[in-house]
Amino acid sequence: MRGASGSLPRYILQRLLLTLPMVWLLLTLVFLLLRVAPGDPVSAAVGDRLAPAALAERRAALGLDRPLLQQYLEYLGSVVRFDFGKTISDNIPITQVVRDNGGATLTLTLSALLVALVVGVPLGVLAGRFRDSVPDVIIRVFGIVSYAAPVFFVGLLAQLLFAVKLGWFPTSGMSTPITQFEVQPRTHVLLLDAILAGNTTAVRDVLLHLVLPAVTLGLLLCGVFIRLVRVNMLQTLRGDYVEAARARGLPERRVLVAYAFRNALVPFVTILGLQVALLLSGAVLTESTFNWPGLGRKLVDYIGARDYAAVQGIITLFAVVVVVISVVVDIVNALIDPRIRY
Amino acid sequence: MAVEGTANGLTAAPSRTVRSLRRLATPVVRTQGVARWLLFIGLFITLAFVVAAVFAPWLAPYGFAQKSAGGVPFPKRGTPSGAHPFGTNDQFYDVLSRVMWGSRTALQVVLLSLAASLLIGVILGLVSGYLGGWLDRILLLLMDALYAFPSLLLAIVFAFLLVERLGGGILAAALSLTVIYIPQYFRVVRNTTISAREATYVEAARSIGANRVTIMRKYVFPNVVQSVPVVGTLNAADAIGTLAALGFLGLGIQPQNASEWGYDLKRALSDVASGVWWTATFPGLAIVLLVTGLTLVGEGLNETVNPTLRRRKLLPVQLPGPDGEPSQ
Repeated sequence: MRGASGSLPRYILQRLLLTLPMVWLLLTLVFLLLRVAPGDPVSAAVGDRLAPAALAERRAALGLDRPLLQQYLEYLGSVVRFDFGKTISDNIPITQVVRDNGGATLTLTLSALLVALVVGVPLGVLAGRFRDSVPDVIIRVFGIVSYAAPVFFVGLLAQLLFAVKLGWFPTSGMSTPITQFEVQPRTHVLLLDAILAGNTTAVRDVLLHLVLPAVTLGLLLCGVFIRLVRVNMLQTLRGDYVEAARARGLPERRVLVAYAFRNALVPFVTILGLQVALLLSGAVLTESTFNWPGLGRKLVDYIGARDYAAVQGIITLFAVVVVVISVVVDIVNALIDPRIRY
Repeated sequence: MAVEGTANGLTAAPSRTVRSLRRLATPVVRTQGVARWLLFIGLFITLAFVVAAVFAPWLAPYGFAQKSAGGVPFPKRGTPSGAHPFGTNDQFYDVLSRVMWGSRTALQVVLLSLAASLLIGVILGLVSGYLGGWLDRILLLLMDALYAFPSLLLAIVFAFLLVERLGGGILAAALSLTVIYIPQYFRVVRNTTISAREATYVEAARSIGANRVTIMRKYVFPNVVQSVPVVGTLNAADAIGTLAALGFLGLGIQPQNASEWGYDLKRALSDVASGVWWTATFPGLAIVLLVTGLTLVGEGLNETVNPTLRRRKLLPVQLPGPDGEPSQ
């Protein structure tokens, strides 16, 4: 049977199988870079704090005294079991670091994505429709500048203007100490926990803290979205089907939305998957700017502490997340556009 | 012969350098309308920064790590004034001078890293695309893996390893950025090489007995290299941002080595709460301007090089008049 419904599972299976070598290569790369290159990660991180005997114990616990090949195989094996090892500097499992800080990163990235979609997509459609007009030039320059501006600079300006000068939002952090004290961690996503607890002051507090970081990171993505949507609109607007729709006398709004925009969406969704990498990079910087207690800031902290094990664990996790999301996006694409499956 | 030929040769047939210069300028000359304006504005901004970078020692009022002039110490976090138009920062440094010296650092790092990634990427791409086979497969997989990785994280890992070994100077920062851009050149060059390999002119060259190296150098390379300027300018823009990001995270160029905008922004972070705006605003604006300028150049070039986006001036249709002469 070669029906359309039969080929989709096959496509998904193929896509998943193709992912395995990619993940393996990424893991090997991270291992080679971080485990092989430096001399001794344990003394680099805590050498000045622990006695030689304790250092040797730590080394043995991390498996650093075993042959490199064995370390490599053990690393691959533990990643398969979702075990990313323990940090050296404060000796806690990476999975716990992820549990405690992942929620903050997730809250930030998802709300930034929302901001970027709501602002960027309509602006891109407008710019594409009215090519080379004054609005197009303004929107394009806005898109270029918002992508060109480093997130940490936009964040600093936002803090100066909206937090220090106008006092509308808090400068940094994710919540006041009172909220942290009151809300019991259940899902480890502070916003969700506050909502679940029915604590409206805490929800309001977290949301107020969220506005500036989310808009800052959202603006970065927004520039990319404007450019992508605009270019794809330019191409679909040239299509015969758009001309045919106009010839049949359909209202311009409908031509734009149902004909040009819908077809411009397919390449947009493909490239959306690639933006996860940009979103994560941006999150690392945004979190450092706003002192947002996410994984990105944690990564920077561990880099400062020269904690190779923690850096390796968090980077591995980021790499896996990026690959998994790109697979999901490809599958969604295959659902939208039947041409991809064949 | 060669010397004698120049006088006539220039008018009759331009020399090779002139011809290749003209070919380089074609995309700029052919631009139209808005694309042309954006391209020119971008070129202007970029050139302004190049001038600031090259002549920083003469243009900047002070050194990048100078705390006093003529025995008079600079104020700490001094507000912008006649002596310090952009103010001074928490380390008593003059912000205007640091912004100017910073453009020098940015230019050096970007040129170095782009040259390195171009060299590696183009060679690997040519070899991989032309030879094909298992080498191509492995390289493609490796490059895809590198490309899928968030670029800032990749740069962070390399900076983490290199800054300690090479010291936090220009070289370490440039090499940390190099890795990010290799996959892009590799892909562009490899894909165009594959399509060029099947082209008739390459087949013709092969049939008259040209060997692989000659074909790659003389037939494939000149056709492939046309798409590099667009990717190059856009990457330069990206590299400026990534360099600043590394500096902001404290992983880039260390302050004693050179002035770097990202590092200055990292220090400015603690000034914000007290309302000190000038230490963040000026280095930040420098990044935004330079990245915007480079992006405008890249986009403008892309609109003329990329046939799907290109818009050309329509030539007026000339109909033959009744007497056979063309008339409007």
